[in-house]
Amino acid sequence: MQFWIIQTLNSLAMGGLLFLLSAGFSLIFGLMRIPNLAHGGLFMLGAYVGATLLGQSLPFWLAAIVAGALVGALGVILEGTLLRRMAGNEQGQVLITLGISFIIADLCLLSWGGDPVPLAAPRGLRPPVFLAGFAFPGYRLAVLGFALAAALGLWMLLERTRLGAMIRAGVDDREMARSVGIRVSRLFSAVFFLGAFLAGLGGVIGGPILSAYPGLDADMLPLALVVVILGGVGSLPGALVGSFLVGIIYNFGTALFPDFAYVILFLPMVVMLVVKPTGLFGRAMR
Amino acid sequence: MTRFASMRGWALTLIALAMLPFILPSDYYLGIATHALVIAVLALSLDILIGQGGMSSLGHAAYLGVSAYAVAWTTRNAGWPAYAAIPFALALGTLTACVFGVLALRARGLGFLMITLALGQVMWGAAYRWVDLTGGDNGIRMQARPVLLGFDLNNATNFYIIVCAVLLTTLIAIYKLDHSALGACLRGTRDQPRRMRMLGHDVWKIRFVGFVSAGFWGAVAGVLYAYDYLYVGPSALSLPQSAEALLMVVLGGAGTLAGPVAGAIVITVIKTVVSSYVDRWYTLLGLTFIIVVSVMPKGLVPGIRSWMKGNRA
Amino acid sequence: MSEIPALEIASLNKRFGGLAATRNVSVRVMPGERRLLIGPNGAGKTTLFNQIAGDFLPDSGSIKLFGQDMTRLDTRHRVRMGLGRTYQILTLFPHDTLRHNVALALLGTEGGGWSFWSALKGRHDLMARADEALGQVGLAEVAGRPVSQTSYGERRRLELAMALAQKPKVLLLDEPLAGLSADERETVRLLLEQIPRDVTIVMIEHDMDVALAFADRITLLNFGEVVLEGTRAEVIADPRTREVYLGH
Repeated sequence: MQFWIIQTLNSLAMGGLLFLLSAGFSLIFGLMRIPNLAHGGLFMLGAYVGATLLGQSLPFWLAAIVAGALVGALGVILEGTLLRRMAGNEQGQVLITLGISFIIADLCLLSWGGDPVPLAAPRGLRPPVFLAGFAFPGYRLAVLGFALAAALGLWMLLERTRLGAMIRAGVDDREMARSVGIRVSRLFSAVFFLGAFLAGLGGVIGGPILSAYPGLDADMLPLALVVVILGGVGSLPGALVGSFLVGIIYNFGTALFPDFAYVILFLPMVVMLVVKPTGLFGRAMR
Repeated sequence: MTRFASMRGWALTLIALAMLPFILPSDYYLGIATHALVIAVLALSLDILIGQGGMSSLGHAAYLGVSAYAVAWTTRNAGWPAYAAIPFALALGTLTACVFGVLALRARGLGFLMITLALGQVMWGAAYRWVDLTGGDNGIRMQARPVLLGFDLNNATNFYIIVCAVLLTTLIAIYKLDHSALGACLRGTRDQPRRMRMLGHDVWKIRFVGFVSAGFWGAVAGVLYAYDYLYVGPSALSLPQSAEALLMVVLGGAGTLAGPVAGAIVITVIKTVVSSYVDRWYTLLGLTFIIVVSVMPKGLVPGIRSWMKGNRA
Repeated sequence: MSEIPALEIASLNKRFGGLAATRNVSVRVMPGERRLLIGPNGAGKTTLFNQIAGDFLPDSGSIKLFGQDMTRLDTRHRVRMGLGRTYQILTLFPHDTLRHNVALALLGTEGGGWSFWSALKGRHDLMARADEALGQVGLAEVAGRPVSQTSYGERRRLELAMALAQKPKVLLLDEPLAGLSADERETVRLLLEQIPRDVTIVMIEHDMDVALAFADRITLLNFGEVVLEGTRAEVIADPRTREVYLGH
């Protein structure tokens, strides 16, 4: 019993991390038609930067925010310098994000070495929480709570603010958004910042669970892809539901069939592609 | 002019390739040339998808990897002779392409790209984690290359000649496909899928057949790869391997025969030279991606061709 | 009216979001008939063609070709059943020769597009028939030229040649005269007249001089609905025609 409860919580915490990763990925894809293949790299970079900031004895949450902001700034620079010039050339943009991801991965290896770098959870969240006679890892509960809060915040941003309305208009119909006078280039910068910020933040928050290691990017990127294929491109609810689905499947898969975790992950994706290629909440992926 | 000139170009290239074993100072350099031509087969197979079908895949190393693993596993763990291992590997690689095709062809464009990437990563994850079958990160090593028809492939020159012969076969097959009815239909579905449907064509099936033939030639590259390195590890079907193949096609020029081969040679030479000086291949690979896409989106071969035309005029 | 209609559309409906693109449309076209579809821009003419061709499925209603239901069939099956179509916006393969374009059309109806070894150019029977189809529209001399090096009028005729090469029983023509000069219009008009009566034709056309003379019956669409149907004289005389076009 304890096993199942713990694994369920682990799954949900993993789902929360995946949401931080894939919400930005999905929004960027939905708005800009760029599958940002460097997104896993931004997540990993966030984790490494967070580890370094924690080493300077910054408080955990401050380190997470600062690392997220730094990664977000990097995202804006990359979008403005490399991607914007290629507007309209979708394949070119994909290849550039792929090139960026290789560079990020290699420079992380150069800077932080080949051994995993652990990130310590905030002191207050380290002891287990006892509920109804079961022990819950406190930090994972906090991750889940944080991810849900972030989801709510994002939802408010998209539904209740002017920026959100512009993003939604842009996802729906980019030409229309342009024609009603939305400064699309600024919108792109904003969304790229938001997406990269969330990925970097997610890297730090995931650090105490996953730690930072070479290959973290390559482990996370396919998960984000599967989330988006399941949930549908450009859809926030889709990213949330997809993240928890993938979190559950991946986590139980790893715990029960460690050899096949990746293959098991692939099954819901297959089913979705056969049954509804647009994903749960999405429209045609073109 | 073009037909004659390009025939002459190919003939000269082939003669030069055949002379290499006698020109190169040592087996080390011949080994690099062999690596380049092996991976050229993979790049050519990917270009069936990109150049003719208009479908960019980021999971193409999967067929090379599956087929290479199949050769290594059956040779090493089941003691199969090459005559059995090679057809089995080709069949398994092609079957993988069938499964990928059924799934990835549900989408087009970027969706297709993402699905092939995800599927490729699944294969990579399986190779990396399913230690009992694949040896995990250690991969599978083979003792020696086979002796085929009395031809000992452990001799570097012999193996190089076999690789050249396979590359030539691939080139001819792709040239034939290019000019065949199927090739015409494949390009038709790339440019005007709706029109092709209205002309009575089964667009899905045309794409599927194109996809699977690309997978078959990828599997051929996998067999060569296994015997070339006598080792297969997860990196054979990793994302960087798929990405390198894609870069070779884009760098050399998609939709040309010479492009992917030129791209494969250039990338292999850069990789070998750089690796002998510094350890930063991936940074350089990433930079090459960015530079090629920004500066030479059409690739080397079409670029050189239009430059030559311009000079002549 | 015991004869089976060549094309029978019954109570067809299609909505895109809040917009009704096709509203309860029923049309019967008899074998050999020349039917003209008219109506202002956005009346749903091309949308109707797209549904007949199977580009997308209607929400309700049925489409039959010679009594055979094809409402939910794939486009290519409809083509095999004898449906042909030309496009308002030219969708040709510009870098290939005219002959190659027609050969692709022939491969579509006959299958045989699966050969991956023998050269397409070497299929002499196919090429001969492609040339024959091109000859019928007066393009024999430029058969070997890439489409990108032909005039707009020649491309319009190529559209027609590709459709006719497939020997359709029912042919949908979407503005075959669009953008042509007076001379070219006359050429195409003569070509259309020469199409034998065993081919049933449904045509969308704005050039009323040519279209009215060509049509046996006319269907007027507006806002996705059939406003009226009748002979040329009936439709011209009907006050609703004026109303639709003049907006009163």
